Amino acid sequence: MRNAFADEITTLADTDPRLVLLSGDIGNRLFDKLKNKHPSRFFNCGVAEGNMMGVAAGMALSGLRPVVYTITPFTTTRCLEQIRVDVAYHDAPVVIVGTGSGLSYASLGPTHHSLEDFSIFRAIPKLQVLTPYDAPSLRAVLRQALSADVPTYIRIGKKGEPELVPETDAAGIGQAKTVREGTDACILAVGTIASEAIKAADVLAENHGLSARVMLINTVKPLDTTLIAGLASEFPAVVTVEEHSRAGGFGEHVAALIAHSGSPMKITSLGCHDDFMHSIGSQAFARQYFEIDAPSIVKAVVEQNASITSSAA
Amino acid sequence: MPEAPNISANSDLIDVASELRYRIVRTSHESHTPHLGSCLSCVDLMVYLYWRVLKIDPSNPRAPDRDRFILSKGHAAPALFQVLAERGFFPRADLENYGEDGSLFGEHPPAPSALAGIEAATGSLGHGLPMGLGMALAARVSDTPYSVYAVLSDGECNEGSVWEAALMAAAQKVSNLTIAVDYNKWQATGRSDEVLGLAPLADKWRAFGWCVSEIDGNDFGEIENAFESHKDDPRPKAIIAHTVKGRGVSFMEDDNNWHYRIPTAEEVQQAASELGVRG
Repeated sequence: MRNAFADEITTLADTDPRLVLLSGDIGNRLFDKLKNKHPSRFFNCGVAEGNMMGVAAGMALSGLRPVVYTITPFTTTRCLEQIRVDVAYHDAPVVIVGTGSGLSYASLGPTHHSLEDFSIFRAIPKLQVLTPYDAPSLRAVLRQALSADVPTYIRIGKKGEPELVPETDAAGIGQAKTVREGTDACILAVGTIASEAIKAADVLAENHGLSARVMLINTVKPLDTTLIAGLASEFPAVVTVEEHSRAGGFGEHVAALIAHSGSPMKITSLGCHDDFMHSIGSQAFARQYFEIDAPSIVKAVVEQNASITSSAA
Repeated sequence: MPEAPNISANSDLIDVASELRYRIVRTSHESHTPHLGSCLSCVDLMVYLYWRVLKIDPSNPRAPDRDRFILSKGHAAPALFQVLAERGFFPRADLENYGEDGSLFGEHPPAPSALAGIEAATGSLGHGLPMGLGMALAARVSDTPYSVYAVLSDGECNEGSVWEAALMAAAQKVSNLTIAVDYNKWQATGRSDEVLGLAPLADKWRAFGWCVSEIDGNDFGEIENAFESHKDDPRPKAIIAHTVKGRGVSFMEDDNNWHYRIPTAEEVQQAASELGVRG
C-alpha cells in the first residue's frame, strides 16, 4: 500500500499545487519521483514528529494541503497533542497518513504496533478516520480526502496487501463494500484485515455450510449509522473484525450504536485483547496471536450461529 | 497594507503601551483573569510589532499576503486582545463581556475562525513556533511574500517541540521567521534558569543556527534595533528579550505571585497612577 500511496500522491501533486508531503525521515527512495518532480513540496522533517504535525497545521492554515507520512505510532500517539490542538481544534485540512498500521510491523515489536489509533481519534472532534483495505481503496479515499477540507487520518498497511476490490469499483469514503453475499451471517471487516474475513467466508461456505456476507469498511469515523440500522433489520447478529484493540475500536462503536438503538441484534467483536505482544513474529503470526485471523473469524461465526440457532429453537 | 495609525516616535509607543498595560490590569480585576505578570512583560514587544513591523490590514484580517503573528505564550492573551482591539481588528466594546460565560475573551486565544486577528489558538506551550514555521514555509511554497513573527516565553522553551522547530527552521534556511523570547526569568512556579537550566539562552539559539540578538525587551529603542538590524539576514531570527515580569507596575515587577494573583480595585488605581493613565 505504501507504494500505491507514493504513486498516487505524486499524481495528485502534479495537478494540485497546494499539495505538500511531509515525511518523518522515512520512506527511503519511496518518494524519489515526487522529490524530483516537485522538490519544493517535499519536506523531510526529521525524527521530530511533534514539530512536523505543527508545521503541517501551519501550512494548512496558510492555504496548502499538507500530507504527513510516517510509521503509524509516530504520526499518531507520538504527536497526539499536536493532532488534537493544531490540526483538529484549528480545523486545519491536514491529511495524516500512518503507514505500517496495526500489526504490519509485528516483527519490530509493540513500539511499532498501532492498536489504539481508532479509539483515540474517535474521541477527537472534527477528525475523519479512514482505513482503506487495499491499494485501490487507498487511492480512492486519498483522492477524496484531498479534495475535501477536513482534517483526516488515513491508516494504511505496508506492502503486499492483496487487492480485494478492483480499482474501477473502489469505494469512496463512508461506503461499505459487499464482496461476498450471504444470509446466514454478516462480517464487517475493517481495513486490511478484510482479506482474512474473505478467507473466512470461503471456509464457512465450504466446511460449515454457512453463507456469510462480507462487508469491507474503510471509514471508522464518521460511522455509517444507516448501514448498521439496515443490517439490524436483516441479520440477527453481526461479527466485526479489526486489527486494533477491542477497547474503543470499531466493534465497540457498533455495539454501542446497537445498544442505544434498542435493536436486539447481537454482535461479536474480534480485535486485539488488552495486552502488549512481547514475542516477535510475522504479521500472520501476530494476527493468529490476537485471534483475528481467518480461523478465528470462522470460529466466531460458527459459535455465534450456533448460539442464535439454539436460542431460537 | 495601510500604515499603523498616528505613531511616529518611540515615545508615542510608550504611551500606547502604558494605556494597554492599564487596560490589562483593569480587565484582570474585572474578569478575574490571571497571568498579569506574563502579560506586562511582553506588551512592549507586541506594541512594537503591531505598530511598527507587521504588514497587516485589520479590515482584511485574512489577506493571503498578510504578515502572521502568533502569541505562542498563549496565557498572555489578555495583552493580545487589548492590542488587537486597539489596532481595530474588533471594537473595544467587544471586550466588555471579557471572562463572562460565552465570551471569546478569556485566558487564551480562541481558534482563528472564531476571532479576527488570531492566527493560532495557543495556550498549550510549544505549539506556536512549529505552526509559525509551517506558515513561513507555506509562504515559500506558494510564493507569497509575507513574514511570520512569534512571541514565546522563557518557560515555554522547556518544551522539546520548540527545539525541534528550531532545528528544522535552520535546516530549511527559513528567513521570513522571527521570534522574540520574552525572557522574564520566571515560569509558573520558579526561576526559569533553575527549573530546567535555560541559561545561556542566547547561546542555545545561536548554536541551533539562528541569527540572535539580545536586548532589553522593555526598551523600544533596543526592540527597534533588534527588528531593524537583521532584516536581511538569511537565517531565522531570534530576539532574546530580557524583560521584567509585571513590568510597569512597581508592586508587580519581578514578583511571581502575579502569575496568578488578581488585583484589587485599589491596586488597579495605583497601577493607573504609576502608568500615568487616567483610571
